[in-house]
Amino acid sequence: MPLLYLKALAHFLALLPAAWLMWQGWLLYDFQDNLLTANPIKYIHAYTGDWAIRFILLGLAMTPLRRISGWNIVIKFRRMTGLYAFSYVVLHLLNFVVLDYYFDWPTILKEIIKRPAITFGMIGIILLIPLAVTSTKGWVRRLGKNWIRLHKLIYLISILVVTHNFMMVKADIFQPMVHMGILILLLGYRLAAHTSFSYNRGN
Amino acid sequence: MLFRFLKPSDVKSSEITPANIYHNRREFMQDGARIGAGIAAVAALGLNSPEAKAESRVLENITHNAAFSTEEKKTSYRVVSSYNNFYEFGTKKDDPVRNAHSLRPRPWTVKVDGHVDNPGDYDIDDLIRPHALQERVYRMRCVEAWSMVIPWVGIPLVEIIKKLGPTSKAKYIQFETLVDKKQMPGQNRRVIHWPYVEGLRMDEATHPLTMMAVGLYGRELPNQNGAPMRLVVPWKYGFKGIKSIVRISFVEKIPRNSWKRLAPREYGFYANVNPEVDHPRWTQANERRLGEFRRRETLMFNGYAEEVAHMYSGMNLKKNF
Repeated sequence: MPLLYLKALAHFLALLPAAWLMWQGWLLYDFQDNLLTANPIKYIHAYTGDWAIRFILLGLAMTPLRRISGWNIVIKFRRMTGLYAFSYVVLHLLNFVVLDYYFDWPTILKEIIKRPAITFGMIGIILLIPLAVTSTKGWVRRLGKNWIRLHKLIYLISILVVTHNFMMVKADIFQPMVHMGILILLLGYRLAAHTSFSYNRGN
Repeated sequence: MLFRFLKPSDVKSSEITPANIYHNRREFMQDGARIGAGIAAVAALGLNSPEAKAESRVLENITHNAAFSTEEKKTSYRVVSSYNNFYEFGTKKDDPVRNAHSLRPRPWTVKVDGHVDNPGDYDIDDLIRPHALQERVYRMRCVEAWSMVIPWVGIPLVEIIKKLGPTSKAKYIQFETLVDKKQMPGQNRRVIHWPYVEGLRMDEATHPLTMMAVGLYGRELPNQNGAPMRLVVPWKYGFKGIKSIVRISFVEKIPRNSWKRLAPREYGFYANVNPEVDHPRWTQANERRLGEFRRRETLMFNGYAEEVAHMYSGMNLKKNF
């Protein structure tokens, strides 16, 4: 059962960032030295956001990777990647609502509406929910062709979240530039493949 | 009246964590705000540990200036010296503490020029040493909505200005940070305009609260905090506090400070702490004091309104942010 082992390995790798964060959080809780800096809430915010974006980009890389390499097995990891992206997004949102603003709903709503960067991020999160919900085999079957249509939302979501990332940075835009570059490659590949005949066949 | 006036002493003593709380941590942890306790721990951690202070040299003959100091709980030395915005050593908060060892704060020459009676190249010790060192505990509010309470050591900037003797043409004072890619590896990337430039209006520069700091916690400034000397203007956002100063110019025109030059919609020349004027991307109405869990309200002029508000009367603070 090599696929089972590979999946176990993939879960292990995808959980590593969360495990590291929990370990560092434990050190903080236990009054020990840790790497969360003197402003752990801000650190956790950037950390969970970065991992969410990495998983979204990784999910978008699955189809091009399969088509270029010819490894069909790659596609078996796509749902998992998307769900991990969603999980890190949820952690990111929880950090914002619980740790950063401590359920101060009036301020939270005001910030979501008033700050375009946060508005974009929030729309991205909301649009991810139907994708996460319909990720099960049952929903894939029930939705049929519409499932593919629905999940094309990820293109819009990825643009929203990378823009959000860009707008949150003060001066050092290196990292959002890397994310943007990868996104342009991944979406550009689809655009190029779409214009040539064969692309839609393997969706 | 345009804003509320608040004295530094208006901060309630109930907001200061009593010492017995950190000794009784299990009880504290069960006190409902578990996460808060954990975060407070960062501030408590290393506060009194000798090794945390062991790096820089102890400064002698410091007089504590109680009249100019807040009674609030100080942010630990460890936090003050490990969480820094000093892009000359990298853009992450913990980059300066890791990279600033390459800075050589002695010998250190400061160039003085512009509309001034005594221009020239000054050794830092000739600028500072004739004056008595004071310790002042000030609030420091970063434009990123976090804050600290820091016991600075230094002299009032006005004493240096008097000695240099600006002429009547000097309307502003402009400062520059060192440019040296070997000592400041962050300057290999052009994240912001080098040299870092900051400035003050003459009345702001000669205000008794404005300080030229050479130390903190009774010791020489750690490199990552702007050794060997840096500006401290407690009613302004932290980025006005230019570090590792090598040039002081007395100028007629308003200085082009680096952050304003990079993003003029977001950062101004005045940069007065003002809870009513938001940064375009986040609220300035509240802040997180490092070591605390819940955000607290930001005070007008960072709580120094009584001392400084008169300098801005009649000015539109939304426009002149």
